[in-house]
Amino acid sequence: MVTTYILPVIAFAAMGIIAGVLLSVFSKVFEVKTDERIEQINDVLPQANCGACGYAGCADYADAIITKDAPTNLCRPGGTKAADAISKITGTNSGEVVEQTAVLHCSGDCAATGIKYEFTGLKTCASVKRFYSGNSTCSFGCVGFGDCISVCELGAISIKDEIAHIDPDICMACGKCVSACPNKLISIKPKSFSTVVRCSSKDNGKVTKLNCKNGCIGCKMCEKNCPTGAITVTDFHASIDYTKCADCGVCAQKCPVKVIELI
Amino acid sequence: MKGIFGIILAAMLTDNFVLSKFMGICPFLGVSKKINSSVGMGVAVTFVMTCAAIATYPVYNFILVPLNITYLKTIAFILIIALFVQLVEIVLKKMIPPLYKSLGVYLPLITTNCAVLGLTILNIDNKYTFLECIINALFSGLGFMMVLLIFSGVRSKVDEADVPETFKGVPSTLIAAAILSLSFLGFSGLGK
Repeated sequence: MVTTYILPVIAFAAMGIIAGVLLSVFSKVFEVKTDERIEQINDVLPQANCGACGYAGCADYADAIITKDAPTNLCRPGGTKAADAISKITGTNSGEVVEQTAVLHCSGDCAATGIKYEFTGLKTCASVKRFYSGNSTCSFGCVGFGDCISVCELGAISIKDEIAHIDPDICMACGKCVSACPNKLISIKPKSFSTVVRCSSKDNGKVTKLNCKNGCIGCKMCEKNCPTGAITVTDFHASIDYTKCADCGVCAQKCPVKVIELI
Repeated sequence: MKGIFGIILAAMLTDNFVLSKFMGICPFLGVSKKINSSVGMGVAVTFVMTCAAIATYPVYNFILVPLNITYLKTIAFILIIALFVQLVEIVLKKMIPPLYKSLGVYLPLITTNCAVLGLTILNIDNKYTFLECIINALFSGLGFMMVLLIFSGVRSKVDEADVPETFKGVPSTLIAAAILSLSFLGFSGLGK
């Protein structure tokens, strides 16, 4: 009993302890001095580790602010509050944080689009997409199985009438849903702008109209009437450049199919 | 001395870990993109192998054998290897941060590099003496580094070559590895 069970346990525990002591001694001797401001910045970041700033996570961003002079206003979930706190630590001026939100560029709900075939497989957008570009008549539209919902950590997205709805009050614009959507229907836009194009169909106007009652027909009425030249029609659907957009709403008025919305 | 020479020959050429025993394929394919990092990886693996061989020999002969628990040698050896990998990681982080960065995830992966564990277990299985263990470890590590170096050279040529679309990337790399392994088969008659 003692030799079979107890001895091996003692021997391994002893070896483990020796290894642990050795490691802790070494880590003290070879300690890498890190800037203490990195720790402080990491503490004021929201620890969402969403990667919206373009770095691998909050710790990586904190490191980049000190070592690579990264801008302090990149944290979208933290917003102005985090940017101010970081600037206090680093002693630099923070830039304005533009509050942003994710928007869906599709309005093809169940009333507008039909179904190509009955899908009984795994209920995710990515899997239905593999069969003949999805089971909706429009192969560019929202599938409505909620791949975006499963990556959203805040619960900002819901499915109503088979398309996704993003609540701008909850959304922190982390951008996880943007990469989760197999049809690339979600983009990040500044919260202050209310004009949104609700279609991403690359089919021409006739085919789009056949497949979806709400789709953009690519008539270019918005492009012709936009006073600032912010809206362009490419691949048979309109898209807005928010750096030029004046948010006047003319495009929404002129749109014959009402696919441009003011939210 | 013929015994030791035979061990060196086997470790470097005839029984090369990567190309004859299929061990350590993961860093072989993962780190061989750049010559710099393949040298670093080779040195790190050689160091871990040698240290592990030095440490496992007494642990096996003076702890496991007397206690009659040699069946636990795999666990004990993994513990020792993990210890040395951690040590290497701590030292590298302090001394050569660029190398630490370029090795990335493959550095902690030495822990699960079967070449290191395979070496320590083969040392025991072949009933090597302490000196032979160290020689075997050192030259196995060097053999690993040599193959890594050769392959990073091969790979830089393959990347420049006009490879058919379907073979671009990993497939052409694996085929190059297979050809390199074939060429090492030519050494198999040596020392016998």
